Formats: sequence, C-alpha cells, structure tokens
Amino acid sequence: MTARMENIIGILLAVVITAATLAFGGKALLDVLMRLAIFGLLALSLNILVGYTGLVSFGHAMFFGLGSYTFGLLMQSGAVSIPVAALLTLVAALVWGGVVGMFCIRLDDIYFSFLTLAFQMLLYSIIVGFVSLTGGDQGLMGGIPRPPFLGIDLTDPKQLFVVTMAVFVTCVLVIRQIVQSPFGFALRMIRDNAERARFLGLPVQRYKLIAFVLSGLFGSISGILMSLYVSGAYPNFAFWSTSGDVIFMIILGGITVFLGPLVGAAVFLLLNDNITRMTEHHGIVMGVVLLAVVLGLRKGFLDLLDDWWRARAGAVR
Amino acid sequence: MTVRLSIVGLMKRFGGVVASDNVTLDFAPGSLTAVIGPNGAGKTTFFNLISGKLKPDAGQILLDGVDIAGRSQSEIVRRGIGRAFQVASIFPRFTVEEALTAAVLTHRQQTSSMLRRFPLPLALARAREIMALAGLERVASTPSRFLSHGDQKLLDIALALALEPKVLLLDEPTAGMGPEERWQMIERVQTLWREVGMTLVFIEHDMDIVFKIAQTIRVLRYGKVLAEGTPDEIRSNADVIEAYLGTSLEASA
Repeated sequence: MTARMENIIGILLAVVITAATLAFGGKALLDVLMRLAIFGLLALSLNILVGYTGLVSFGHAMFFGLGSYTFGLLMQSGAVSIPVAALLTLVAALVWGGVVGMFCIRLDDIYFSFLTLAFQMLLYSIIVGFVSLTGGDQGLMGGIPRPPFLGIDLTDPKQLFVVTMAVFVTCVLVIRQIVQSPFGFALRMIRDNAERARFLGLPVQRYKLIAFVLSGLFGSISGILMSLYVSGAYPNFAFWSTSGDVIFMIILGGITVFLGPLVGAAVFLLLNDNITRMTEHHGIVMGVVLLAVVLGLRKGFLDLLDDWWRARAGAVR
Repeated sequence: MTVRLSIVGLMKRFGGVVASDNVTLDFAPGSLTAVIGPNGAGKTTFFNLISGKLKPDAGQILLDGVDIAGRSQSEIVRRGIGRAFQVASIFPRFTVEEALTAAVLTHRQQTSSMLRRFPLPLALARAREIMALAGLERVASTPSRFLSHGDQKLLDIALALALEPKVLLLDEPTAGMGPEERWQMIERVQTLWREVGMTLVFIEHDMDIVFKIAQTIRVLRYGKVLAEGTPDEIRSNADVIEAYLGTSLEASA
C-alpha cells in the first residue's frame, strides 16, 4: 500500500469513528475512545524503540509524566495558550530525551532497560518530592485551565474528543511514515544486527539516540492529551507501573505488526476495566493473562494473525 | 609492481601471545590471494586488524598509500575495505532484497531520510544488480533467517559488495559446507572477483580449493609470515611442508 493510501484510509477511519461516536455514542464511549487514543499513542511511541530498534525501555512513562506535568504547569501559570504550552512541552521532552538518551543508549540489553527505569524513578522522585511546585503525591490540584484558542474550546468534552482524535491519528500516521522510511529500516538493521549495521557504515549510536528522542516526543504528546483529559497530572503517570502497563500492551498486541500496540492497548483497557469491576484482585487476573500470552501464544495477537495470514496466502516475506 | 594494500610490520599482542608478529605483505590491485595457516596462526586476527575491529600495537596498513591503521571500522569501510564474516553476519528479519537495499542506502548515506518511503528506487535497482552478481535473485523475497547456510554466507558477501569495496576480505567463505556446496561457493566467489575486478583476500582451510583458485598464497604461522608465493612455489616450499602441511600436502595436491 502506498503512503498516500495509508494516510487517506487512516484519516477516513478516524473521521468516521469520531463522527459516529458524536452522533450515536454516549459519554461513556467518548471516554473509552479517548483513553484508547491516549494509551494507544503511548504504546505505539514505545514500540519505535522496542519493536523497531530493539531497545526495551522500562522507563517510557517518564515521558508520559513529563508531558502531562510540564503542560499542566504551563497552563496553570496562565502565561501561555494551549498550542504554545504544547510546543514548549515538546521542547522540554526533546531536551530531557536528548540528555537521558545520551546516557542510556551507551548501554545494551538489560542495562539499557535498567538505566531508563532509573531515570524514570528519578523524575518520579522529583515530582513527589517537589511539593511546592507539583503538589507532591496529591498531584497537580485545582484543574488545568483550558482557555479557548483558534475558536476551539477544550472545556467542551465533544471538542476535546475531536481534538484528541485528530492529534492521535496525525501522530499515528507520522510514526507510520517514520518506521517505513529509510530511517525506519536503518533502525530495523540496528535491531537485527547492530554490529553488522556499524560495519556497513551506519552511525548506530546517533540513530539510537534519534529513535529514543522521537519515541519520547510522541510519549509526551500522549501525556499532554492525558492531562487535558483528566484535567490534572498525577505522580503515577511517571511511575514504573505505568511503564509496565505499556510494555504489557505491546506484548499483548504484538511488536512486529505496526498497529499491534494499539490493539494491545485496547485489549488491556477492556480487561482492566472489566476485571476491576468484578474483583479487587485484578492484579492476579492480569498477571495470569500476561503469563498465558507469553508462555502460551509466545507472541502478540496481531503477530499471530499476521503469521496465520501469511501461512494461508502461502507467502513468505 | 603497483600495490593496492600494503601491510608493513604489523604487530598485535594479546598478553603473552603474539598474534601478529611483524607481518609485512603486499597485495596487488585485482589480485586473488589465499591466506592459510594452522589453527591459531593469526589469520582472523590479521583480518580483524585490517578491517579495524582490532587496533594494531604497531605497524602500518596502507590502502593506496594512505595509512589506515587504528582508524575506526566505519572509516575503514568508507575508504574501501569490505569484509564478510566466518559466521555469516546478516539481518535475520530482512528479506534478501530488503537487506541489500538497506545496505546500499547505508553506503550512500541516504538512511537519514524520514520523509520518503523505503525502498528508494535507485537503491533497489542497485540491490538487484548485486543480487544478480551473487546469484541471490532466486531468494530475493526470502527472510534471511530462512536461507540455507550457503545462501546466508553469500548474502554476507553480497552485503559487503554493497559497499563497493576496493579490497574484499573473506573469512572462510566455505566454512561449514559440504563438498559440493563448497565448490559452488568458491566458483561463485571466483566469478565475483573476475566481474567486479576487486582485490580479494580469503582465508581457507580446504587445500584443494586454495591451490586451485588462488593466484598467490600467504602462509601464516604463530603470527608470522612463514612463506608466500604462487601455488607451485608454496607446494614445493620445504618450510611449509615441514612446519605446517606435513605429508598431507602431497596427498591433497
């Protein structure tokens, strides 16, 4: 499929879903789709690292937390409009991702994972400890002001929904373009065999850093959407358990098919919501599901579907 | 004699072991040379030093007169020394065509583009040329991890060819192959050498192959150059017969 076809289909789908939800859906469906967009984007952004570059970050939630807190604080300061605050948040994520990334990408495998985890917990400690700025473990209190801009009023749930969906589909299409570009295939070379890639003349470290920063930028956009959605920001956005949830989503959905993480996010949110309603021991149930997927299927749902499809078509690729 | 690659007094120690002991060798442009020697003679170390994977303790590596000793691997690659590995080093999840296209893009420094879609047509065309040269067209759309052992080694060599090297180093191109596959492989290598016109140096254990195709043979032992010459000269060299090949040389020749 050509890039243009993908973009047209993606935008059409998003428009149809958004319009249908506004026309026929209730507030509950609006909420479900917004959370799916937010966590789907978070999982897709992490998969730039995990699925395409072969770097398993255990600390991806740091960008989620950084995005929501930076944006929330900027809006509470009252000094800037929503687009400007979003832009400044991206700059903050760029700087944080660049600095943290420079340390992390020097390490391989599990050491990389642990260092990302350490930086995430550093950010978490700052958020919890710097009470006068962040409200500590209470989170950013008092709501996040959402002054109208360009005729858009995000205090209206429907307008917020439309904007969230628009940002989501734009980001998904941009990520898709990146991973299908020559740059995206350079990342796959690093994933498959970094030493050989280096020997072909690829500046492996530089490409890893760029992937790290890109992944963080999209993760922080997800954080911005989250803070708009809940009108606040909470320390657990930057906690390790949130990173764990996102990795769970990726494992559920599969890492080799582009939309795998999005499907994983949908399954995760469905499971989480329903199980939480039925039992307080939802951690046990989620754990069993994770074990079943990892030990039983050995791959994510979309990976499995993809294998089945190729076997049926008799095609190898 | 013009010289493409000239090694002068190359030294490398690992603790007490001297893996490369004052090695001095010249390679003419377009030559086909075999490097032989018993296990532990320092053959792979010799390749690792030239290709920049190891840094020499002393000595010069002159490529067209420019000393590249101690430079980074990527710079040495850029200057024109390509290499295939003893154990095929490939990209398991790439198809053959994708891998070669990606290698060509890397060589042309076009991998930074995020706005265009892979594969770029010019790089793909070049990848197909290389596939034709290496005889890999029949497996163009097979994922590399599903290739036969021999095809994986061919792909490894093809990846090195994507860099358009002046000098190509092949570390045991026939390792782990059956007798018939070996000859197919070595004929393919010989054809490549003839068609591309590069300087080719290969390490090989199979003496039949070495004496059949090499123009010149260099024998290493304990990190030193024991002998060099044409196959006929090596075959009758008393040092080589005594120290390395023993009586089996006569048997295999």
